[in-house]
Amino acid sequence: MESNQYIQFFDGGIEPTLEALGGKGASLVTMTSAGMPVPPGFVVTTAAFDEFMAAAGITGQIQDLLKGLDPQDVAQVDKISAEIRAGICSKPVPQSLRAQTLAAYESLMSRFGDAVPVAVRSSATAEDLPDASFAGQQDTYLWLEGAKAVTEHIRQCWASLFTSRAIIYRLKNSIPTEGLSMAVVVQKMVNSRVAGVAMTLDPANGDRSKITIDSSYGVGEMVVSGQVTPDNIVLDKVTLAIVSEHLGAKHAELVPDRSAHTLIEREVDQDRRARRSLSDDELRAVAMMAKRAEKHYKCPQDIEWALDADLPDGENLLLLQSRPETVHSSRPASPKAAAGGFSLGSITASLLKTSA
Amino acid sequence: MSLKSFPKPSELPVPAGAEGWEKIYPYYLVFQDKLKDAEDAKFWFCDSQHWPTVFKPFETIGGEFAVKCLGQYNARHLMIPNANGIEFRIHLGYLYMSPIPVPEEKIAGRVPHFEQRVGHYFQNWDELLRQWHVKVRGTIDEMETLSFTKLPDMVPMEDITTGKAKDGSEVLLENYDRLIQLAYQNWQYHFEFLNLGYIAYLDFFNFCKDVFPNIPDQSIATMVQGVDMELFRPDDELKQLAKLAVELGIQPAFSNTDDVQATLDAIAVAPGGRRWIRQYEEAQDPWFNFTVGNGFYGHDKYWKEHQEIPLGYIADYIRRLDEGQQIMRPTEELIAEKERIVGEYRDLLDGEAQALFDAKRGLAATAYPYVENHNFYIEHWTMGVFWRKIRELSRMMHAEGFWTEPDDLLYLTRNEVRDALFDLVTGWGVGAEPIGPTYWPEEIERRRGIVDALKTARPAPALNTPPASITEPFTRMLWGITTEQVQQWLGAGEEVEGGGLRGMAASPGVVEGIARVVHDSDQLAEVRQGEILVATVTAPSWGPIFGKIKATVTDIGGMMSHAAIVCREYGLPAVTGTGSASTTIKTGQRLRVDGTKGTVQILDAEEPELVAGPGTHSHSHA
Repeated sequence: MESNQYIQFFDGGIEPTLEALGGKGASLVTMTSAGMPVPPGFVVTTAAFDEFMAAAGITGQIQDLLKGLDPQDVAQVDKISAEIRAGICSKPVPQSLRAQTLAAYESLMSRFGDAVPVAVRSSATAEDLPDASFAGQQDTYLWLEGAKAVTEHIRQCWASLFTSRAIIYRLKNSIPTEGLSMAVVVQKMVNSRVAGVAMTLDPANGDRSKITIDSSYGVGEMVVSGQVTPDNIVLDKVTLAIVSEHLGAKHAELVPDRSAHTLIEREVDQDRRARRSLSDDELRAVAMMAKRAEKHYKCPQDIEWALDADLPDGENLLLLQSRPETVHSSRPASPKAAAGGFSLGSITASLLKTSA
Repeated sequence: MSLKSFPKPSELPVPAGAEGWEKIYPYYLVFQDKLKDAEDAKFWFCDSQHWPTVFKPFETIGGEFAVKCLGQYNARHLMIPNANGIEFRIHLGYLYMSPIPVPEEKIAGRVPHFEQRVGHYFQNWDELLRQWHVKVRGTIDEMETLSFTKLPDMVPMEDITTGKAKDGSEVLLENYDRLIQLAYQNWQYHFEFLNLGYIAYLDFFNFCKDVFPNIPDQSIATMVQGVDMELFRPDDELKQLAKLAVELGIQPAFSNTDDVQATLDAIAVAPGGRRWIRQYEEAQDPWFNFTVGNGFYGHDKYWKEHQEIPLGYIADYIRRLDEGQQIMRPTEELIAEKERIVGEYRDLLDGEAQALFDAKRGLAATAYPYVENHNFYIEHWTMGVFWRKIRELSRMMHAEGFWTEPDDLLYLTRNEVRDALFDLVTGWGVGAEPIGPTYWPEEIERRRGIVDALKTARPAPALNTPPASITEPFTRMLWGITTEQVQQWLGAGEEVEGGGLRGMAASPGVVEGIARVVHDSDQLAEVRQGEILVATVTAPSWGPIFGKIKATVTDIGGMMSHAAIVCREYGLPAVTGTGSASTTIKTGQRLRVDGTKGTVQILDAEEPELVAGPGTHSHSHA
């Protein structure tokens, strides 16, 4: 399905804007097009929200309800918030908009063998909500299955523009309610087969010509929290040749339990423990993605990644998070080379060093 | 892990029929009973990279000149602070080497001399290298003028009237001496720049290891190595000739290239054939002074005298062109990839470190190409002419009844040849029969038996107890003799998962395919498209084979061996220096070659094998 005014796929090739996609949505599209594939999905744009609100015809009513509201009067804010949100959730989505959303959902599902659970989360434009992480944290609905659940939660995300906290924040900061909008992200739940972290340097010595990868089975949580000893592989950043590798014990893995909508821990059998959790090709793919993240953000990165069991080889590597690596990269980029600049002396030193 | 040793020379069994082998070589080349303690205390490694097969007595000349001249540049010309030359011995027909360190207390005193001398070369590199070409070419040209013709029955009348008063035998003797001297001369020139090339490389190498700890050796090699080098020129000439043949539509003329004359005749009469022949003749000088061997053996075949070899390669290229294959090396992509690699490493540095990177890489990139290019001028061109002249002399003496086979001169040492020559001119001069025809045929038969018997055994990779660590820079660089490599030979190295061989990760990539084991260049014709070449060692002139194969595995050689350089150039995985691939692997076996990790797995071996270096099997595995 093609992207359009109301629906924008992460990999739809349309230039992302904050106004249309909100912060989170725009970032997901940007990362995908920069070769850092996030779990696949689409954004229901702010235009869809606007269309919905216009059809619902409740904008005036909401303005009236908010007029003269005292941000200190929390009980009253809660009451008004509940009333507005109930109003939004009771209004039907215009037929054409609903059809487009359903088509987008079906199109996303068609990428996998079977229908898979998705997450639905709000994506606010920066000024409207306290901060992106607030929006992301508060309005994320996980493990949703089926079109009905998805459309239901999209509307709940829209309504979340009027949570008590959001209303109070806007009142305190004199942000007008006119023109408020909200995008919503629909994204595949990661079904992690193998996951881990990667750093675009060698944390042992800060050497930036290396990529260090920790990798284990299941979701990456056990790697991040140190509950398993992962495989540790160091690659040359330029040629991606393996510089060193150590197989970790990888005794356990956390895997999704779809029916319980949670993760369960299980033992890893001896065979899988004894071999590296990533194939050579997968290793290369993780390293290349880390390298792209570093290039994109212009500083050493610490990424979380996963191989998704529902996606075909070659498209199954997902970037879950990329953040600047701050511990080692604060050191000078190049280690102090033999002082004194280039001279014959440095050649002599180099020769003698070999026999030292 | 207990410290293991290689056998002592005296512990190696002499193959049946090779008894008395010591006496076929000059006295100074074999281990001495009276020096046993001193010689057994040294660690010797076998250079089967350059001398993979048993020396006939005359052939020691290449080993002697090469290793002596290598040493003189360390020890006498450049005053390398921490490395003298390399002592060498022949044992059971193979060459063993032992690097000579500089005593600790003398190192500092050599530094100023070293810097002054090396500095002169690095500062005047281009001009000195230009002179080198003139000197080397001059030597070759003079060699070409030497001839060994039968002496006349009677001194020409002209020599009577001019009062020359010499009988011409002096020319024969002088030409022989001169030929030996000229070979010696170009071997001296051979090393004029070689050690410097390695020094510059080593300097950049150590710098890279410093600023990018554990950077793969491959990366450093790629940043310094030339892409379009003279080493590839002969092969490129053949490709151009194949392209021209296709362009002219004269492919049918190449149906039986083993018949050189018929092939060339058929081409000459084909439309456009004269143009092709012209280009073919132009390519020969000098690029057909190219051997399928390595220049160190009298039996090495040179394209110039065995045109069925280049014509066969051309026919194969024509077939591939007709099948729509791309035969030219992807030079532009290789250059782009090299530039990417240099650029990305460079960008990881800043300030002073980046400036140093530029300076050191710049020097290495200037000096290192010599290491790759000299080979054509000495091993191929000079030695091609040298061996041709030696064969001419051998045939002349064969005609005089000195021996039974035309090339039997090779069973004499070079100083015995001079004796035989004097024997010849004496007999001729006095009007009597020389002694040689009575003496040599029987002696040569005896020596032939010894050489053939020696050939039945592979050399031990090394002799005696290795030092705790191998630090001498040239040993590591030129021969890939590292502490790890020695441990591997001793069977103490890290095992390859699932059994298999470990060597140097010489050219990256992983492939699976069918093995083709090649023990000498005559077997090259057996290599089929898509096979994995397994060889003791490869030679530059095997170039055309690399367009056919999927990967290369060798017994011998490091990061900078021919196989490694050519495979990187062709983008093929290579594992070098495995020690015993060519004896462990059988043609037809399925292999998985990982040139990134340096491992070779035999996928259909009956049981996984882990083998150390040649000759050590029984010794290193208790």
